[in-house]
Amino acid sequence: MAEEVPIPDPHEPAGHGAVHHHSPPTSFIRKYIFSVDHKVIGIQYLLLALVSVFIGMVMSVLMRMNLTWPAHHWPLLAKIFPLGAPEGVMTPEFYLSLVTMHGTMMVFFVLTTAPQGGFGNYFLPIQIGAEDMAFPVLNMLSFWVTFVGLVVLIAAIFVESSAALGATKFVTKYLDGGGTGTVGPIGGWTGYPTLSALGKSAGPGQGAGVTLWITSIAIFCVASLLGALNFITTLLNMRTRGMSLMRMPLTCWSWFTTAILALLSFPVLLAGGILLLLDRHAGTSFFIPGNLVVSDKLVTEHSGGSPILWQHLFWFFGHPEVYIAILPGMGATSHILSTFARKPIFGYRAMVFAMFAIGLLGFFVWGHHMFLSGMSPYSGMAFSVLTLTIGVPSAIKTFNWLGTLWGGRIRFTVPMLFAIGFVSLFVAGGITGLVLGQTSLDLSMHDTYFVLGHFHLVMGVAAIFGMFAGVYFWFPKMFGRMMNDKLGYIHFWPTFIGVYTIFIPMHVMGLVGMPRRYASFAEYTFLNKTHPLVMLVTIAVIITAFTQIIFFFNFFWSLFKGKPAGDNPWEATTLEWATTSPPPFDNFAGKVPTVYRGAYEFAVPDAPEDYVMQTTPDVTVANVPAGVPGQGGGSTGNGHNGHH
Amino acid sequence: MATTVTTDTRERVRGKDTGLGLGGPRAGGNGSRRNPGGDDGGDGSRYDGVPQRYRIGMWLAVGSIAMLFTALTSAYVMRAGGSGWDDIQLPGLLWVSTALIVTSSVTIELARRALRRDEYATYRHWLTVSLLLGFGFLAAQVCAWRQLAAQGIYLASNPHSSFFYLLTGLHALHLLGGILGLSFLLWRATRAMRDVSKQTALKRRAAADAVGIYWHFMDGLWVYLFALLFFWR
Repeated sequence: MAEEVPIPDPHEPAGHGAVHHHSPPTSFIRKYIFSVDHKVIGIQYLLLALVSVFIGMVMSVLMRMNLTWPAHHWPLLAKIFPLGAPEGVMTPEFYLSLVTMHGTMMVFFVLTTAPQGGFGNYFLPIQIGAEDMAFPVLNMLSFWVTFVGLVVLIAAIFVESSAALGATKFVTKYLDGGGTGTVGPIGGWTGYPTLSALGKSAGPGQGAGVTLWITSIAIFCVASLLGALNFITTLLNMRTRGMSLMRMPLTCWSWFTTAILALLSFPVLLAGGILLLLDRHAGTSFFIPGNLVVSDKLVTEHSGGSPILWQHLFWFFGHPEVYIAILPGMGATSHILSTFARKPIFGYRAMVFAMFAIGLLGFFVWGHHMFLSGMSPYSGMAFSVLTLTIGVPSAIKTFNWLGTLWGGRIRFTVPMLFAIGFVSLFVAGGITGLVLGQTSLDLSMHDTYFVLGHFHLVMGVAAIFGMFAGVYFWFPKMFGRMMNDKLGYIHFWPTFIGVYTIFIPMHVMGLVGMPRRYASFAEYTFLNKTHPLVMLVTIAVIITAFTQIIFFFNFFWSLFKGKPAGDNPWEATTLEWATTSPPPFDNFAGKVPTVYRGAYEFAVPDAPEDYVMQTTPDVTVANVPAGVPGQGGGSTGNGHNGHH
Repeated sequence: MATTVTTDTRERVRGKDTGLGLGGPRAGGNGSRRNPGGDDGGDGSRYDGVPQRYRIGMWLAVGSIAMLFTALTSAYVMRAGGSGWDDIQLPGLLWVSTALIVTSSVTIELARRALRRDEYATYRHWLTVSLLLGFGFLAAQVCAWRQLAAQGIYLASNPHSSFFYLLTGLHALHLLGGILGLSFLLWRATRAMRDVSKQTALKRRAAADAVGIYWHFMDGLWVYLFALLFFWR
């Protein structure tokens, strides 16, 4: 594309091209490291999430190994973590820190960054026909702040697991001391006080690990706020001609809703984080009550605080966070289902309103995480009713997905399989949400493996499937090459069956009464009969984890050896397919796309093809690429590049 | 030359639009009810939008900061009157800082009005006054903290003092951002006023508006925090 002479923007007054038309940078650092190009930043986010998901996945495999073979000696483990796994057997503290770090890594640095920061950054501006985000420098900043957050979190692993690092002057003086043989803090991704507020006197992993953990989360909050602000402004302000709100792809709506949720919920977590840090390091008592005995010692420096206050602040953020993770997956799924069913999305408006309803209700249900905190039964009931109400918009979405598939001429491509998988997992995990949302049932299910199975299905694996669908769908646009189909199918089926084999048995274990966050169940005889299930889950985890190697291989192999994709390999309708693959620096090579229709016009009567792109002025003529309106029959053949 | 191409493209786009406004057969039906290809997506958003996005971005930033203080308020309300709560005597100096920041809101409004009338000297004048008032406010806050510390009341002394230092400290930190914004405006105002093109004027006004929104918010936030700390105990 480099030789193409850019046509000046028709709306750019002469002499003021510099207003937003930044020219492509040439140095390596400005182009790939400190880039302000939203496409590069999107890929940076995806790579960051890829690193985090790898760490998080390894941790989950380690946890399963300890649960299944608690007394087995793993020589390699003893070499890497001489403190945490002496003679290769994990200490319970080591296991608990794995739980904490797995949750934190996955929720913050995978589920929050990849769908929104990754795909959202890359495709939101293109899908609305903009040349970049509203504030490109802020965008760069938000990625690098996220990166610092990840580095701080990973530092917690080293500081706590290594005796030498944990004993350095800096760590002991400013971070409350480390080197206790864990891989970071102990406290779960929710970091409940009082344990997290007391400092190293509370036990192993409560020193530097927790300090670094809170710091990392606070940094992450700031980064997310910068990103959310940018997303909303971009969407409100930068849509191209003809791109009315109701013509936007549903992906854009989902990123928009997610950004609103992030903008309103992350400040609350930030507030909680500040209070927690003050409790730990400045001697305040926001969360620490009086007469507290920890490790056989009476805590005298603090009194009068309320640990429940943290729970309120945390879950006021924590529940919207669940939707921050899942909504972009819903958007991508809607987008992909419509494209490969070759039908308009069923109930576009209903989809938009359902998304907003889910987002809105998400702010009023945080109490259902705290049914056992001793809250008034009346507020418990209110939270319960509101929680069950979320089932309504969720069901609307599910019915609309099925309605989209109904009677379609479905193309079972790899992204389509993952999108259907998303619907399946969302339903399977959502159903048990109705169980847990009722106070009476939650009393006995709370903190059991039932909860574990529920949220892993509905927000963990479903969101991951949304991401896989997104990668397979948009890879051709991002890198100009197709991913390998066969490897994709081989990746999909074991993963799909694998995740169900992992998480369905967990519901059963939970019903039997297996509690969460226990390092080993060897001493609990009433759980002996679940051992075959535990074994089954662990085997499924190992197989599923190894299956992901196929994905990694496919990804990197296709980068170099994949079949050239062309501009519109899927015969899709939205703006990202109206430009080259990968798109040029300013997305549309100096042209301004004009949008004439909604996002999902498939199977239009009288149209020459079974899809009409948003840039096509007249349905009776062939699709035209962006920025060349009015060339009618003289279509360049854009979008005919095979894959029928 | 660029102008020629510009007009040309614009006419082509427009021409096709009107031709289409009559509408061909449209199916799918998930799109807008409005005319296809109309200018409803914000005509000219490409450059008219640049100033507008400063304001949008600032309103969003203000919204998220408001959420931060809402969360802290709810913590305050939940904690207030609980065990170990001991009211501290708020320093009288806070009335002075309140007067300073309220005045600064007035002066920044005067600056914005001057800018709207293109009176650049007056604009610079009121910007400088606002900046000085901002520094005055911070100085008064620091003195108030020192007064309290001299009485032996520190961050960890009791819950009321914890919240006092936390809320005033966070507010001061955010106000520093506002001072940076004002300094930026002043720097631009002394440097680039000679450029009188319409586009620059629009951007300049938008930047002043954005800083103005932030500053007024900081003012309102302070009055709110002062009232909270003063009355709710």
